[in-house]
Amino acid sequence: MSNSPPVTVYEPAADNADAGVAPQSTRPRRSLGASPVVLGAIGLLALVALFEILPRIGVLNRRFFPTSTEIGSALIDQVQQSEFWVALLDTLQGWALGLAIAAVAGVVLGIIIGSSQLLRDITASTIEFVRPIPSVALIPLAVLLFGTSIESKLLLVVYAAFFQMLIQVLYGVQDVDPVAQDTARAYRFSFVARVRYVTWPTALPYVMTGLRLSAAVALILAVTAELVIGNPGIGNRLAVAQSSGAIAATYALVVVAGLLGVIVNLVFRFIERRALSWHPSQRGEVAV
Amino acid sequence: MAFLRRAGFALGLPIVLFTLWWVTSASSTDFYFPPLSRIVDSLVEEWFGPRLADDVLPSLIRLTAGYLIAALVGITLGVLIGTYKRLRDLLEPVLEFFRAIPPPVVVPILMLIFGIENTMKIVVITFGCMWPILLNTAEGVRAVDSVLSDTAKTYRISGAARLRNLILPAASPQIFAGLRQGLSVAIILMVISELFAASDGLGFAIVQAQRSFAIPEMWAGMLMLGLLGFLLSLLFRLVENRWLAWYHGLRRAQRAG
Repeated sequence: MSNSPPVTVYEPAADNADAGVAPQSTRPRRSLGASPVVLGAIGLLALVALFEILPRIGVLNRRFFPTSTEIGSALIDQVQQSEFWVALLDTLQGWALGLAIAAVAGVVLGIIIGSSQLLRDITASTIEFVRPIPSVALIPLAVLLFGTSIESKLLLVVYAAFFQMLIQVLYGVQDVDPVAQDTARAYRFSFVARVRYVTWPTALPYVMTGLRLSAAVALILAVTAELVIGNPGIGNRLAVAQSSGAIAATYALVVVAGLLGVIVNLVFRFIERRALSWHPSQRGEVAV
Repeated sequence: MAFLRRAGFALGLPIVLFTLWWVTSASSTDFYFPPLSRIVDSLVEEWFGPRLADDVLPSLIRLTAGYLIAALVGITLGVLIGTYKRLRDLLEPVLEFFRAIPPPVVVPILMLIFGIENTMKIVVITFGCMWPILLNTAEGVRAVDSVLSDTAKTYRISGAARLRNLILPAASPQIFAGLRQGLSVAIILMVISELFAASDGLGFAIVQAQRSFAIPEMWAGMLMLGLLGFLLSLLFRLVENRWLAWYHGLRRAQRAG
């Protein structure tokens, strides 16, 4: 007797209603106007609203959680300062330079190593050993050698982004169709021509995936270096804001870092789609 | 013979590199690049000595706690978000944003809220490595084979049985991909969280060594951190191979056929 009410309340909500709805609803429901874009916008607005209401009514301690409007005005305040833009450029410069170095090195080494079974066998264990070494292990060395100049940031960024790139390129080169490779050999294609016409097109999707992953990692490491080592940039500005007790500004800069990350993701996804528009995209993305 | 060949390939380059480092640094007087022999001495004496319990262990405990919480929360939310399409549409931009925040950036804020004790460090680790786990789980759940899912529905398999026998196994390769990404993020955050404010831990000890210019100890700490990263990824691979043995076997069979 005492059991039955909770069951009847619980069951439809948890199991029947939703489980039944999910597979069928995809088409008919969407036509009702609740498109993913609208729902997504509602989700974002809800997040902003929660951050406005919860600190106000005291659910979240206002000392640590500024309201959305406070964060927003701190953000506007930041945008109006020229130092903010200098810091943003510093961050982007370190990110772009590090990513470029890592990408070129990763592609060149990946193609050279990947093209030879012998080189692959020799280097496999070393790569497997070095890859999981966290990039932050290099922080003390970077500080000692370079202080807060851009080299210390680059060291971390390049190290982290390089391995993402290298691994993807290695996967890509191994994916080359052996028949195509043998055909090119039979026609006496030179090594360079084989790379250009056989290896590169096959590996390109992997290169693009690697580039997108590296771009995200490079940004994380650039900001981390600024935060921890103190290189000029957004991360350093954030550390300064936090230690001077400017909470709203700290949150605003976290938002900036997040937006930067979103933009990087979107841009590289766009580049990926453009560069591979010819490709039948019949590939599984290799998760690292 | 084949075994020897493989062992030779696996050990060849590492031995060559190690020897090269040992020989070239043997008579090094460069303050920042001490002889490898001194680094190894310090590694054995310090890091495998008193520091193992004083610094490495606390770090590992925090890492484990943060990682397990992240796995639990990430997989639970991931299953929910992957199952309900409208929930996914609703939350996707929000999740994209949170995932894009470089995790170390939240350390200063979490420091304000949770102080500088263990809680803060565990929360930092959890916050950072939750996103790859959550998003990969959601993706895996979403992509469950529709024939399997329809079959389960025909047999009226629902609720917990459906979750245990269909959803989780089908999504497990993706879940493991997320867990693997999460692990490397967790190690990074373990170190970062100890750089700001700490009284023990691997990251703390390494920075302490660097600040007091105890260079061989610093190098030894870096090696220790590398070793830890390597061993944890090895451990992860063992667990994954066991858990996903059926999946790897299936893939091999498909590729052969």
